[in-house]
Amino acid sequence: MIVARNLTRRFGDTLAVESLSLEIGKGEVFGLLGPNGAGKTTTVRMLTALIAPNAGEAWVAGHQVGKEDMAIRRAVGLLTESPGFYDNLSAAFNLRLYAELYDVPQPERQAEKYLRLLGLWARRKDPVATFSKGMKQKLAIARALLHEPQVVFLDEPTAGLDPEAARLVRDFIAGLRAEGRTLVLCSHNLDEVERLCDRMAVLKTRLLVVDTPTNLRRAFFGRRVVFHLTGEASRWLEALQGLDFVRESQAIADKLVLALDDPDAQNPRVVRRLVEAGAEIRFVGELRPSLEDVYLRLVRRTEENEA
Amino acid sequence: MNARKIRVILRKEWAEVFRHRVVLFTVIFLPLLMTALPLGTFYASSDWAGELPPEALACPAGLAGSECTVYFLLVQFLLMFMIMPLAIPSIFAAYSVVGEKTTHSLEPLLATPISTRDLLLGKGLAAVLPGLLATWAGFGLFVFGLWLKPELRFVAAMALEPTWLLAVFLLGALMAVLSVLVSLMVSSRVNDPRAAEQLSMVVILPLLALVFAQIGGWITIDRSLVLWASLALLGLDFVLLWLAEQVFEREAILTRWK
Repeated sequence: MIVARNLTRRFGDTLAVESLSLEIGKGEVFGLLGPNGAGKTTTVRMLTALIAPNAGEAWVAGHQVGKEDMAIRRAVGLLTESPGFYDNLSAAFNLRLYAELYDVPQPERQAEKYLRLLGLWARRKDPVATFSKGMKQKLAIARALLHEPQVVFLDEPTAGLDPEAARLVRDFIAGLRAEGRTLVLCSHNLDEVERLCDRMAVLKTRLLVVDTPTNLRRAFFGRRVVFHLTGEASRWLEALQGLDFVRESQAIADKLVLALDDPDAQNPRVVRRLVEAGAEIRFVGELRPSLEDVYLRLVRRTEENEA
Repeated sequence: MNARKIRVILRKEWAEVFRHRVVLFTVIFLPLLMTALPLGTFYASSDWAGELPPEALACPAGLAGSECTVYFLLVQFLLMFMIMPLAIPSIFAAYSVVGEKTTHSLEPLLATPISTRDLLLGKGLAAVLPGLLATWAGFGLFVFGLWLKPELRFVAAMALEPTWLLAVFLLGALMAVLSVLVSLMVSSRVNDPRAAEQLSMVVILPLLALVFAQIGGWITIDRSLVLWASLALLGLDFVLLWLAEQVFEREAILTRWK
């Protein structure tokens, strides 16, 4: 549904996006992560035909960026970073206006559909200025979907929302996923990306990595198993020497944390070795590093390499 | 060009602008004042004999004496009806793009499949039409007011001469379009609504020169001048529309505005 090849964009002397290549399949929910100024919004703007790339090519919903921009704008929905409504006008007026601009056949009915879906129907006649931040965000999501686009770009959909509103928006996005739409989600919320996205990319001017959250976690940390022991765990580190499959070991108070490639097969051997050495094992469990750990490790490593 | 989308933009602009009573007041008050002022002058004065300014000597054929004085006075007032549609729309247009920059509503709008030309035409027409319609209504009231007083009916007849009808309805409209297009260009390039309004007012100055040239007697507004000026302005308006499209750089507007 989205193909980008070596997309590059400069603003004067500043390189915003460098040689970005990626493919996003139909119905996929794709997360775009990166620190502030990493080029996420620029990437979205290029893929929604709002700005042109300086180099490279991209196709969105079968239309080429730069050559079929109008067709791309018809095919995609965009939730911008800032809702940007006509605040003095009513919610219904705002949505009808956009429905007409997107050539929706029955603008009134379509506006009604999304106002009801997002729980804003009762407030349809109220000026948007009177809406809370969460309501504005829901209205912006409605606007992005009015023309039933197959590809939807969501730039920071839950930024600044209270937990309840954020959850509502996330549930709605999950619903879109169930409808088979292709979603590109820009976010700083790693938990959100993990919950919603099939794959994610980390961007820092150039693409650092693309994979599923699970694979990234494994690639960066392997699988980690934590052995809860009785007493100080560091005493037993020596006992693990000779077990070549232990990629990394760390003792934290009464816990031993080991990086293993295949815990199912390797755990019994570790347990046996520890018991033979006299350790008392109280509990064994898998440690899941957070996506935040993966992200921070990746970004720091890139910064170190650049330095 | 997509007429439906132009209408959508126009409707949006009006819905936004006319929600503010002050704006409504501006659109209605200025033409009313400009109508009441000359009418009051004509109603208040009955004796037109007096010393004529030298410019008035260039009276149309068949007019002499007090009729010439009346004609001179009428011309000055009719010129006001040509300037009026310049002032009102330029303020609207000046705010229309930069205003959307400040409220961040431009990005979602530009993400829709609307061409720059349709967007500018929608915004331009939304700015031109209220001032123009208010001015024409004011002109109609003025002529009707003159016609109501039997001794002023000859003045109404003068105002309805084809030269002045062309000047008010055609030349005035073309000048209004010109001022709006310049204001839209300014609005596309600046980042501050106040700067846009002030710069846009500058465009009126060269057009005011026409009025002062007439008052000063350097030019005489006749049918051929109105027609030639209209033709020139029509061409200029098309050039400015093209230029406004070029100046409206979607990318720069999105990326330079924070």
